[in-house]
Amino acid sequence: MPTLEMTNPASLPADWRDFLALTKPRVMSLVVFSGLCGLLAAPEMPLVVLGFTAILCIALGAGACGALNQWYEAELDGKMRRTAKRPLPAGRMNPQSALHFGVALGAFSVLLMGLATNWLAAALLAASILFYVLIYTVWLKPRTAQNIVIGGAAGAFPPLIGWVAATGRVELLPVLLFAIIFLWTPPHFWALSLFVRSDYAAAGIPMLPVVAGVENTRKQIFLYTLPMAAAAVAPWPLGLTGTAYGISAMILSLVFLVLAVRVLANRSTDPKDMGAEKHLFAYSVFYLFALFTALVVDR
Amino acid sequence: MPTPDDDLIRKRQREGARVLALLLGAFVVLLFFITIAKTSLNW
Repeated sequence: MPTLEMTNPASLPADWRDFLALTKPRVMSLVVFSGLCGLLAAPEMPLVVLGFTAILCIALGAGACGALNQWYEAELDGKMRRTAKRPLPAGRMNPQSALHFGVALGAFSVLLMGLATNWLAAALLAASILFYVLIYTVWLKPRTAQNIVIGGAAGAFPPLIGWVAATGRVELLPVLLFAIIFLWTPPHFWALSLFVRSDYAAAGIPMLPVVAGVENTRKQIFLYTLPMAAAAVAPWPLGLTGTAYGISAMILSLVFLVLAVRVLANRSTDPKDMGAEKHLFAYSVFYLFALFTALVVDR
Repeated sequence: MPTPDDDLIRKRQREGARVLALLLGAFVVLLFFITIAKTSLNW
């Protein structure tokens, strides 16, 4: 029997918990939630098992994105405190295992979506995975400060996919839901990147605060909040939702705007004095959950 | 005599096999219900 010399932890079989960590479960929860809301807001309800499978496929697709993102960015992750303990930079997993896991999970999620619901939903899921991995992770993120703006489209797909899984059609309301998340992504990520910008700078990632400065980022956060709020309220005057959603969207967006103005007014460049940015970041997560909950309740 | 590394490898392999078995079992059950649902929709 061969003697097994284990000097490198990555040469051990990876723990299943590390495979789970590759899927970024916390990010997945928001994706699953928005996908579920897209599905529940649709005028036609699929059978429970098919709806469950659609959401499972969206979750698995998001997991595939997380795994492939971590495989590609293992070296960068090792340079940032926030990400240095992930399975690959910490050396707990073989990079090839992560790659195989990500590709298999992505392919499996698309095939299952196609078989269980419809192939338009499967095509949208495939497009979102490819967009996140190839357009955002590989192409935009290391090259341009606009990475978050265009890359945000990948995270905006789930409600559209949920809706199409239920109906088989692309309509105006799910397109507006796509627009809301697309426009929400820059203020959300730029608020975070303001108080962890030294991490991004150390890793050489051209996030907006690193490239264009703190003041300019604060201005951009405010400017993106305006169309985001307009997109959030728009389904109501367009007659796509009821008053309950309209009033909720107005109140939630107004609070978002107030917090964005507080960020705009902040002059500090020290992360310790960035309470306004931290509040906006935390609120932005609540905002999306609350807005989409209001949409489902209203339907 | 097994080294501590051998024990860790076996432990990881056992755990991995159990998780995979559970997932495959769940997939078979899911596929069964998807088939029933699709059949009821005259797929």
